[in-house]
Amino acid sequence: MAVKAHVLFERNIIKQASLASFRKLHPRHMMKNPVMFVTEAGALVTTIGLFFRPAGEALGFGLQIALWLWFTVLFANFAEAMAEGRGKAQADTLRRTRTQTTANLTLASGAVESVTAESLRKGDVILVSAGEVIPADGDIIDGAATVDESAITGESAPVIREACGDRSAVTGGTRVLSDRIKVEVTANPGESFMDRMIGLVEGAQRQKTPNEIALTILLAALTIIFLVVVLTLKFFGLYSGISFSITVLTALLVCLIPTTIGGLLSAIGIAGIDRLVQKNVLAMSGRAVEAAGDVDVLLLDKTGTITLGNRQATEFIPAPGVSAPELADGAQLASLADETPEGRSIVILAKDFGIRGRSIAEMAQATFMAFSAQTRMSGVDIDGRKIRKGAPDAIRIFTGSDFPADVTKALENISRSGGTPLVVAENDRVLGVIHLKDIVKGGLKDRFERFRAMGIRTVMITGDNRLTAAAIAKEAGMDDFLAEARPEDKLALIRKEQATGHLVAMTGDGTNDAPALAQADVGVAMNTGTQAAKEAGNMVDLDSNPTKLIEIVEIGKQMLMTRGALTTFSIANDVAKYFAIIPALLIGLFPVIAPLNVMGLKSPESAILSAVIFNALIIVALIPLALRGVTFRPLSADVLLRRNLFIYGLGGLMAPFVGIKIIDLIINFLGMT
Amino acid sequence: MDIYGWIQLALFIGMLALLTKPVGLYLVRVLDPMGRTFLDTALKPLESTIYRLMGLDPKAEQDWKGYTISLILFSLAGLLFTYAILRLQHLLPLNPQGFGPMSPDLAFNTAVSFTTNTNWQSYGGESTLSYFSQMVGLTFHNFASAATGIAVAAALVRGIARQTAKTLGNFWVDLVRVNLYLLLPLCLIYAVFLVSQGAIQNFKAYDTASLVESYTVQEPVKDATGTPVKDQNGTQVTVEKKMETQTIAQGPLASQAAIKMLGTNGGGFMNANAAHPYENPTPLMNFIQILSIFLIPSALTWYLGRMVGNQRHGWVVWGAMAFLFLAGVLVCWWAEAAGNPHLTALGVDQLSGNMEGKEVRFGIFNSALFATVTTDASCGAVNAMHDSFTPLGGLIPLLNIQLGEVVFGGVGAGLYGMLIFVVLTVFLSGLMIGRTPEYLGKKIEAYDVKVSVLAVLILCIGILGFAAWGAVSAWGIAGLNNTGPHGLSEILYAYSSATGNNGSAFAGLNANTPWLNTTLALAMLIGRFFFIIPVMALAGNLAKKKLAPPHTGSFPVSGLTFLILLVGTVLIVGALTFLPALALGPIVEHFIMTGSGRLF
Repeated sequence: MAVKAHVLFERNIIKQASLASFRKLHPRHMMKNPVMFVTEAGALVTTIGLFFRPAGEALGFGLQIALWLWFTVLFANFAEAMAEGRGKAQADTLRRTRTQTTANLTLASGAVESVTAESLRKGDVILVSAGEVIPADGDIIDGAATVDESAITGESAPVIREACGDRSAVTGGTRVLSDRIKVEVTANPGESFMDRMIGLVEGAQRQKTPNEIALTILLAALTIIFLVVVLTLKFFGLYSGISFSITVLTALLVCLIPTTIGGLLSAIGIAGIDRLVQKNVLAMSGRAVEAAGDVDVLLLDKTGTITLGNRQATEFIPAPGVSAPELADGAQLASLADETPEGRSIVILAKDFGIRGRSIAEMAQATFMAFSAQTRMSGVDIDGRKIRKGAPDAIRIFTGSDFPADVTKALENISRSGGTPLVVAENDRVLGVIHLKDIVKGGLKDRFERFRAMGIRTVMITGDNRLTAAAIAKEAGMDDFLAEARPEDKLALIRKEQATGHLVAMTGDGTNDAPALAQADVGVAMNTGTQAAKEAGNMVDLDSNPTKLIEIVEIGKQMLMTRGALTTFSIANDVAKYFAIIPALLIGLFPVIAPLNVMGLKSPESAILSAVIFNALIIVALIPLALRGVTFRPLSADVLLRRNLFIYGLGGLMAPFVGIKIIDLIINFLGMT
Repeated sequence: MDIYGWIQLALFIGMLALLTKPVGLYLVRVLDPMGRTFLDTALKPLESTIYRLMGLDPKAEQDWKGYTISLILFSLAGLLFTYAILRLQHLLPLNPQGFGPMSPDLAFNTAVSFTTNTNWQSYGGESTLSYFSQMVGLTFHNFASAATGIAVAAALVRGIARQTAKTLGNFWVDLVRVNLYLLLPLCLIYAVFLVSQGAIQNFKAYDTASLVESYTVQEPVKDATGTPVKDQNGTQVTVEKKMETQTIAQGPLASQAAIKMLGTNGGGFMNANAAHPYENPTPLMNFIQILSIFLIPSALTWYLGRMVGNQRHGWVVWGAMAFLFLAGVLVCWWAEAAGNPHLTALGVDQLSGNMEGKEVRFGIFNSALFATVTTDASCGAVNAMHDSFTPLGGLIPLLNIQLGEVVFGGVGAGLYGMLIFVVLTVFLSGLMIGRTPEYLGKKIEAYDVKVSVLAVLILCIGILGFAAWGAVSAWGIAGLNNTGPHGLSEILYAYSSATGNNGSAFAGLNANTPWLNTTLALAMLIGRFFFIIPVMALAGNLAKKKLAPPHTGSFPVSGLTFLILLVGTVLIVGALTFLPALALGPIVEHFIMTGSGRLF
């Protein structure tokens, strides 16, 4: 899909979002958001109130309040529209790949008929040849082909797709580059992977996530409380001999109800999914993104996620009486004909010992033996020297005698540390041992360490034996491992963790991963994986990079944190607004209350107006934060809480005092009241 | 603010802290149906007999609905029982003064008041009620409603502590055990102590004493029908009356005074409540009475910590309560000690502070302490007239009630009220650590939020709704002794006290009118049961959840940060809800007192 990390405010998106802000004023849309619905009702009431002003209330004041209340609603709509617009922009990119295609449908008789892609149904079998676009999602049932999937992944290198096994899934909209394949369609039109992706990024299918619902309830309840507060204030005012005008009471109401978080709530949710899309991860629901934030156990496959794909030589351990360069020289000679990654890594390691790289071509007189599964050795015969490198038992047979005690000990040590030992011998003499090791990807240990601080446990899944697994897990700094793991063990482990209250995330690609992906709270399927895996998981990583699970968790947390931070900020704001509005309400009847006007606001009208303007502008000011998310830092809950409480709690308490004062100065300077 | 006050305050909070654990430990045993106490030998047979008579299997637990329905049925039955006694007291024994039946609205108000642990008194005890009505009709509720509150708190704590459970205990078992093992034995000792201090306990008719120094009063003249006679100017016609004797009320006072404090009921045997010499004879008894208000609520925080396996959490809740208590008592004490500048200007001696409406024996500090404690808890007993406090001094009791009486609070009610705030605090700030908010390993989800805010909303509607109605109605204003902001404070206080189930009064309001009796009774019912129902629903829902093991990423519900958060949530939610109303009442009054020459 080639998603670029686009700039936050694109002119085009802003233009469309501005228009959408007005369209969203429709009550049917506003109903979904109780806080903003009340705000809109307030804007309407104050607008109508302009025509029924109590004597002595200036038109200009009421008009400005009404306008700013409308702005408050529009700004909130704008925030939502911005978030949606960014998603839509990505959806359009996706949609462009879906040109009208035809399909070669194989009929039951064996004949082939050309039909439109739209008419394909689940279970149909189609033929796709080189140069054609695959018309629908499906599984290859016959043949193999190279496929250009750049339309989805942005990765230009073609991938191989073949019948049977874990590479059989093809996605509609991708192009076959070579060969011809027979594909069974697995999705009806409109239900394909691409369709769902478009729907999701556009936010069309967006449903409120559980946590969002809970927060909406809280915000709605606060709104009702403040309605009661403001309604009863009217009566208390009557008792005291003050008749508060509708305009003033509405202004107070809108300032008190949590419009900041209410206005930005849906934008935060949409932006969360959007951020995932920018990382080339598609979440099937907002619920999955939220769950990612809650995950506290990560199951990570060893190969590809924690270690680089292959083992590498890391050490030469010479036998007694053999020098290191001598061993390195032998090892390299014996490995020249070994084209496996392990063999190549030995040649490279030997260069560290001053042995220059040699090629087979320059040694015409030598006889090379390539590595084979039967002999489990490779080697060379040169100048009467028979040099071999291979598995310890194979070499033992080759030399015809037991290894020296030191060599046996080195072999044991390597095995115990999780490595694989190879022995190098020249004729009947053992030169030494090569240590082959799984190479743990750089930076993981730190990352896992930070996860641990956040209370997330990492578990490595591997088919290796316990010894090897334990050693690698230790080296990568993981908390636990599952050795000799079969797919059903993975599933059992997930169930066990969930039974004790944990939330589990995992990645997978094979069909046999599907049950575990479905069981996990966050199951990230690799895009290279099978259709079954993609169906089972609730996210798909288009880059097929298992390490990305870590970033997914971070994005989930970031989304929840943003929501929490803005809620706290919004509620803390109310304190200052009270200090602006309450004195303004009472000062007419009780001039002695002046000391309560701590901000020294100019007049009651300018105080109320400043509070309302601040309330509207703060939404706009916080749109970037809502879309980008608060800065994520992997810290323990305690530290994180204190930090965010300080920034958004204390900040929320103080900011409006400053903000309202400044606005008051400006509007008085401009003579707006 | 003298040194004796400081010493006493330190002594008070210190003793409270020391008593929290032992009483809490005892509560753990009482609230466990299988728990053993040192009273088992004496009381176990009685307990079993009660269960047998009730046809109750003490092992059979109830789900939240069953528990709540039992609670409501029990309360309703008790309400009707007391209503009947109050209406029929002239036919019932132990009525040496020959008091007639209570009026229907007053009887309804009183029956509701005691059923809901409010003990709002629109009547004067010694001039209205027979000993039988006091002992059976009212004191029964002092025990039953206190036990009910503790039972709800226990059910909520069980809901938090249990996992994937459907049941929350058995209401009847909790009710029986709390009374049998906790309230009755403690009150027995307590009452004997009170008698030792000079509290009375008898069935005598009232004494008449000759005054050492006679005095005259202006007595209003009434016609044959009892309506006051007025002259042509509309002013009351009075005649001088010489007073030579004094009636001294008697009765079984100590036994009721004990439970009224311990069970945070607050309904005085005498109209003057704990300002009456018989009801509060010595400084020691005054101190112990104040302490006994907080005894069980404080111990319940320890019970919470023990039950959820996080004692530090229990102490943090205690700490938040203690902080709010100290803040309140210091402001109130300071305001009262500072007195009223205008009175000073008029030449009134204000050196000892604002002594209007205070018992000279207790002075400023003990009045301020009593007022703060009685409103922190939903007790409502008073040893000074809150109406006569300075505006800020009177604001503290009012605000305490409006915050939901969660500062230690009523027995049980304080804890479950505070736990509602804990849940809201966890939800509001829990998101900030990037996880779905979690309270002690349980996710706080939509349903939990819904019922928690519902409870807060009930308080808000009960207090503000009724007070606003009263403030603009003829029946509301008719009851006021004062006009202006102080009158508003009086009416606001009345409905806060009723909805919050406190029972203390800004005495300026003459509440014994059918309208006020009825609306106050409704406020009490709403404040009690419409609060308990969401609490129980929360308990039921929390019990169902799975428990996630705690780790470093879990939301910390112990430690200073959480304490600050909890205090902040209580204050912000309370302040945001009630500040506008308070601004028109005590706050304006304060500025008027300090900024202009007007007096109220």
